[in-house]
Amino acid sequence: MKYLKFLLVGIFFGIVLVKSEAVSWYRIYEMFRFQSFHMYGIICSAIITGVLFLQISKKRHIKNLLGIEIFVPKKEDGFIRFVIGGIIFGLGWALIGACPGPMYILIGTGVYSMIIVILAAILGTFIYGAIKNKLPH
Amino acid sequence: MEYILNPWPWYISGPLIALVMAVLLYFGKTFAMSSNLATMCSMAGAGKFVDFFKPDWKEKKWNLMVVLGAIFGGFIAKYFLSNETPIDLNKKTILELNTLGFNDVGKTIVPDEIFGFDAITSPHGLIVLIIGGLLIGFGTRYAGGCTSGHAITGLSSFQKPSLIAVIGFFIGGLIMTNLIIPYIF
Repeated sequence: MKYLKFLLVGIFFGIVLVKSEAVSWYRIYEMFRFQSFHMYGIICSAIITGVLFLQISKKRHIKNLLGIEIFVPKKEDGFIRFVIGGIIFGLGWALIGACPGPMYILIGTGVYSMIIVILAAILGTFIYGAIKNKLPH
Repeated sequence: MEYILNPWPWYISGPLIALVMAVLLYFGKTFAMSSNLATMCSMAGAGKFVDFFKPDWKEKKWNLMVVLGAIFGGFIAKYFLSNETPIDLNKKTILELNTLGFNDVGKTIVPDEIFGFDAITSPHGLIVLIIGGLLIGFGTRYAGGCTSGHAITGLSSFQKPSLIAVIGFFIGGLIMTNLIIPYIF
């Protein structure tokens, strides 16, 4: 039961991303060619709504289910890791047309070849973990 | 019902994605899809070889449930909540992709030329998927997050590292789509 709520959040997330067409390779291609506002509209309206939610919950001291005020964990400091890591992810995002959420969602829509991408992504994550200490952060 | 079956406009979809972030924060968690890849490494026993992958992956079970739900959600949306509306792409996009050798652009969610049986059983197609996956897995962990963690959560909470990362995402995406994709398809 403890996990049911997370399963439901996931289902909702999957439905929204399919219905918004954000899981479509074509939409990602179009976005990086600046030929449509659609994806920019989704990302920007999500961020604006997110800002409003976080500002309101901060002002009203809204608590989460655990009784602690809602907060977003701080990202680690750094510069190079965000630039280089970001660029590397961006290359993959545009090639596959999916980021880590849609990779899973697409399996549900019947794009089973995404399993190959996910296995490769797990390997990519493993390679990062293995050589992490040799990389500039 | 028609409103649900047709594709949803961006101004509905964007706020609903923010709602996912809000609900997860309310549950005391964060919206972070790429971290599941590290969890799966841990599950597979990667912690035996690399300390980065902590063996206590059971604490991250909630996020794997989000993943499982997302797969179900994709299934429900595709088979119960959709009609056959083609994606309303820019005419220019369709023409460009036609010249690159993509047919039936926008009629399915993803192109058969990349994800179809013929594509993935050819060495070229298989290499594309593997390289793409490696870039996503390596890049997200190096950058410490993906679209959900940095672009949505990080920017909503005004975090500078996330802004740098998102700029990186776009630099990488622009390079791939504009300079590399025309040569590989």
